[in-house]
Amino acid sequence: MTEFFLFLSQINPGELWGIVWLSLWVSGAGLLLATALALPLAALLALKRFPGRDAVVNILHTFMGLPPVVLGLLLYLLLSRAGPLGVLGLLYTPTAMILAQTILALPIVAALAHSAIVNVDPVVRQAAVTLGATARQQAFTVIREARYGIVSGIMAGFGRANAELGAVLIVGGNIAGYTRVMTTSIALETDKGNFELGIVLGLILLALSLLVNLALRRLQKRGQSAGAELSSWA
Amino acid sequence: MGLRIEVTKVAKAYNGNPVLRDCSYNFAPGLTYALQGPNGSGKSTLLRFLALLEAPDTGSVDYLENSTVLPINLELRRRFTLVLPRPGIFNTTVFNNVAYGLKIRGVKSGEIEARVDTILETVGLSHKRSQRALDLSSGETKRLGLARAMVLAPEILFLDEPTANIDPLNTDIIEEIILKMKAGGQTTILLITHDPAQAERLGDRLLLMKEGKLVPG
Ligand SMILES: Nc1ncnc2c1ncn2[C@@H]1O[C@H](COP(=O)(O)OP(=O)(O)OP(=O)(O)O)[C@@H](O)[C@H]1O
Ligand SMILES: [Mg+2]
Repeated sequence: MTEFFLFLSQINPGELWGIVWLSLWVSGAGLLLATALALPLAALLALKRFPGRDAVVNILHTFMGLPPVVLGLLLYLLLSRAGPLGVLGLLYTPTAMILAQTILALPIVAALAHSAIVNVDPVVRQAAVTLGATARQQAFTVIREARYGIVSGIMAGFGRANAELGAVLIVGGNIAGYTRVMTTSIALETDKGNFELGIVLGLILLALSLLVNLALRRLQKRGQSAGAELSSWA
Repeated sequence: MGLRIEVTKVAKAYNGNPVLRDCSYNFAPGLTYALQGPNGSGKSTLLRFLALLEAPDTGSVDYLENSTVLPINLELRRRFTLVLPRPGIFNTTVFNNVAYGLKIRGVKSGEIEARVDTILETVGLSHKRSQRALDLSSGETKRLGLARAMVLAPEILFLDEPTANIDPLNTDIIEEIILKMKAGGQTTILLITHDPAQAERLGDRLLLMKEGKLVPG
């Protein structure tokens, strides 16, 4: 199947897998960073009361819909040689792209994890209290109860990172062999009238998205089935 | 010997409507109290105060041992437990639900296994051990809530309507369990019920919530 497509478009396989690998690395690293920041933030917003909390939640929800090109532009201005962070020399590097992905995925993961945690039935926390849980144990129990919703949030974050074009194009620059990822290649090749490579990459993108979603769903299912988490419940 | 609860002039109003008014009572260790009263009379509210889930507007709930008032801390909280009318089952296995209180107390896993299995036997849920707890029927859910509390061997057990919406057979099973605990003589039990016959069967002392006060039933 792959050979057929490669033949069809006479793509250099090395280049193709380079693009695929970089795409995975950029969205994967971005998502990982975003998740690492989003989960503590979501837990804090859901479980602690502090002034300005609602404002932060509103900002998160607003940024869920942040147009990637706008973020790209902002990052470009920040990272360009003349910009405040220009000295770091990050523009047109994979690092800049990872940064963009992190910022794009963070509000989605955080907002969805937050609503998963606040939607846990309050009686769960009360039960934890009556059974002798400390404040920390109560929080842990409530978060654990929200785990399926949290995983869904991470899935949605991956969906966004994977499909993202505008921001990575602007801050990555679509440099062949260095910052060229699947979405930017598709945009470029389509622009050149070279549809075959675009279609192949599009299919790979789709397949990847399917694979990751299947893997995560499996994880969810396993969590739901009896016995699987005997040892994981602390 | 044993924990004594002193309720002194407890009052609570919700949105200006008084629910409890100058409610005072002393609960002696080792007895089973059956509390009755109309819907909305404040029974569950009082139980939440006793279990230190919430604090009243005025008045106090004190725990005494050898005539000394105990400080309210985790150690004290872990000596009693409350089973809520909707027990708040965790989305995990039956076993893990019962093991929860032991795990958070840092009990060793071998001991947890043994204690949980004994209790599951007692409440007739051994065959559901590895099943997802949220899939249980409501009668089984009630028994699981009870098991989760009993496994901790609490000195005081607060039960808010342990047999509400339960069929006669399951009601019998739950009453059996309560009677067994009662026979052990180690546990003070305070249960809320709407069934006068059940109050008679289980209670050493019958109480009534009347106009925001506890009165002998
Ligand atoms: N969190 C709350 N906010 C507002 N009102 C409340 C709250 N909790 C209880 N109430 C009110 O306090 C009154 C007593 O409630 P409570 O649950 O203690 O009654 P109860 O005696 O347990 O009744 P039932 O037999 O129906 O369980 C009710 O009128 C109820 O509406
Ligand atoms: Mg009630």
